[in-house]
Amino acid sequence: MISRRNFLKTTAAGIAGITLPLAAFEIVDPRKLMAQEAKNPAKVRWVFLVDTYKCVGCGLCVKACKQENEIPYDANVTRTWVERYVLTKDGEISADTPKGARDGFTNSKIDLGQGKFKDIKKEDIDKAYFVPKLCNQCDNPPCVQVCPVGATYQTEDGVVLVDRKWCIGCGYCIMGCPYGVRFFHPVHHTAEKCNFCYHRISKGMKTACVDACPFGARLIGNIKDHNDPVTKIIMNERVGVLKEEYGTKPQVFYVGLSREVK
Amino acid sequence: MKNHVLRPLFVVMGIVALILLARLVVVPKDFGAHERGYMYGWHRKSDEQVWKDFKVKYQGKEYCQGCHTDKYDAINKTPHKIIQCENCHGPAVDHPSDPPKLEIDRSRAQCLRCHYPLPYPTSGRSKIRGIDPDKHNPDVECSNCHNPHNPMGGLK
Ligand code: HEC
Ligand code: HEC
Ligand code: HEC
Ligand code: HEC
Repeated sequence: MISRRNFLKTTAAGIAGITLPLAAFEIVDPRKLMAQEAKNPAKVRWVFLVDTYKCVGCGLCVKACKQENEIPYDANVTRTWVERYVLTKDGEISADTPKGARDGFTNSKIDLGQGKFKDIKKEDIDKAYFVPKLCNQCDNPPCVQVCPVGATYQTEDGVVLVDRKWCIGCGYCIMGCPYGVRFFHPVHHTAEKCNFCYHRISKGMKTACVDACPFGARLIGNIKDHNDPVTKIIMNERVGVLKEEYGTKPQVFYVGLSREVK
Repeated sequence: MKNHVLRPLFVVMGIVALILLARLVVVPKDFGAHERGYMYGWHRKSDEQVWKDFKVKYQGKEYCQGCHTDKYDAINKTPHKIIQCENCHGPAVDHPSDPPKLEIDRSRAQCLRCHYPLPYPTSGRSKIRGIDPDKHNPDVECSNCHNPHNPMGGLK
């Protein structure tokens, strides 16, 4: 018969035996990591600036984004979209984004979904405007923290990318993003999101949406470069970010943001 | 200590060793904590290159200048100069080798993106001249009468 004492002894030895090889395979050296974080040698930190006064809601940015980044055109998912906000004199807020504004806003009626529309009279409008949305490439990206397999990560220049080969499609990041910018790619079945057109900005080009915007409502810049016109606007003018209270440190800045924009 | 107690322990240890060995083989060498540290930079480094190598499709207006000089010069004299050619003709990719021709979006919806009147007080949209699509020559393509490369230049 095995005694109580013996049982406890062998169990302890067994657990030690199992954990030993785990420690031997340790990859992360916390001291090395700390040093890495402190140095932060990055010379580039991509940021985005949206001017909501300039946006006319033509949706040409959404159209260009979908084609540039191979997001199936007719699938109701998109990396960037434009929202319309209409505030009436009685204090009511209406908002819509039909097909993510891929085809712009060619109707004064607000799309309530399920084939219902709301007509708002011109005289009743207090203010109305368009707000383009995209990934905020947060400094504290919650989507990255929740990824169990290291498939989504942040590059040195601040862009959050998704490794399509590594993504297991669990969807935690989609739930974790407070801005709702993530979705499943209908073809690759992996998590998908705006990456500031990483293939373009790393070649010195602008993102497809910035190039497509006829009105200069979208700009991309490097916040570490103090001569960058975008940096100057962010530093010297009144700009806001979305959902600051979440502590995600979003890096998409808005001119003319209003409190009803969520 | 009896064998039948130790045996399952050996089995478990064997499995753990196997998993660790498999991890050595399966997990690529470049997988680990990179510039943004363990919390945000834990990834396969080579995937960054995969994204950088993604195909560029939109080439920009200057790309068209050399070959479609007439269109380029014409539109630049008008308020439509702010609109990229590819917004109406689709991404150039490697045009003219592939695709040899670009699409021409003649749809009324394309023009209405900007010219459908939405008199929103705090948006630039209210400053663009709009037309009511139900009254302004319905069912006829806009480009039948207007030249998109020269919208102010009189009708066709
Ligand atoms: C290297 C020269 C070259 C460049 C650069 C070029 N094109 Fe072309 N394009 C051509 C040729 C050649 C054709 C074929 C003409 C034909 O077959 O009638 C063509 C055809 C077209 C057509 C179709 C014309 C039709 O009648 O159907 C469009 C639209 C067009 N190009 C737009 C563009 C735009 C927009 C750009 C810039 C993004 C561009 N092209 C850049 C040479 C060029
Ligand atoms: C607002 C939308 C719009 C923009 C912007 C635009 N086009 Fe066009 N383009 C059209 C339409 C519509 C037609 C068809 C005209 C017609 O049917 O007469 C056309 C026709 C063409 C054609 C072929 C037909 C022809 O008349 O030879 C070429 C080539 C072309 N465009 C090139 C360009 C280039 C280059 C630019 C940028 C400098 C440009 N377009 C910008 C809408 C546009
Ligand atoms: C990206 C937005 C945009 C798109 C798309 C667009 N336009 Fe325009 N258009 C403008 C702007 C801005 C002006 C100059 C401001 C104004 O006076 O309306 C203008 C001016 C015009 C004018 C001259 C109005 C006048 O003052 O006489 C005509 C006509 C016109 N556009 C027709 C078209 C047609 C036809 C198309 C589709 C092929 C088209 N537009 C697509 C933005 C656009
Ligand atoms: C049958 C020919 C015809 C068609 C088709 C047509 N238009 Fe016009 N459009 C005109 C004429 C004529 C005028 C100038 C007289 C006027 O103001 O009504 C005009 C004027 C305009 C103006 C200037 C309005 C202003 O207030 O100065 C715009 C903008 C315009 N058209 C856009 C469009 C758009 C967008 C389409 C397609 C949805 C279109 N047109 C289709 C004939 C046409």
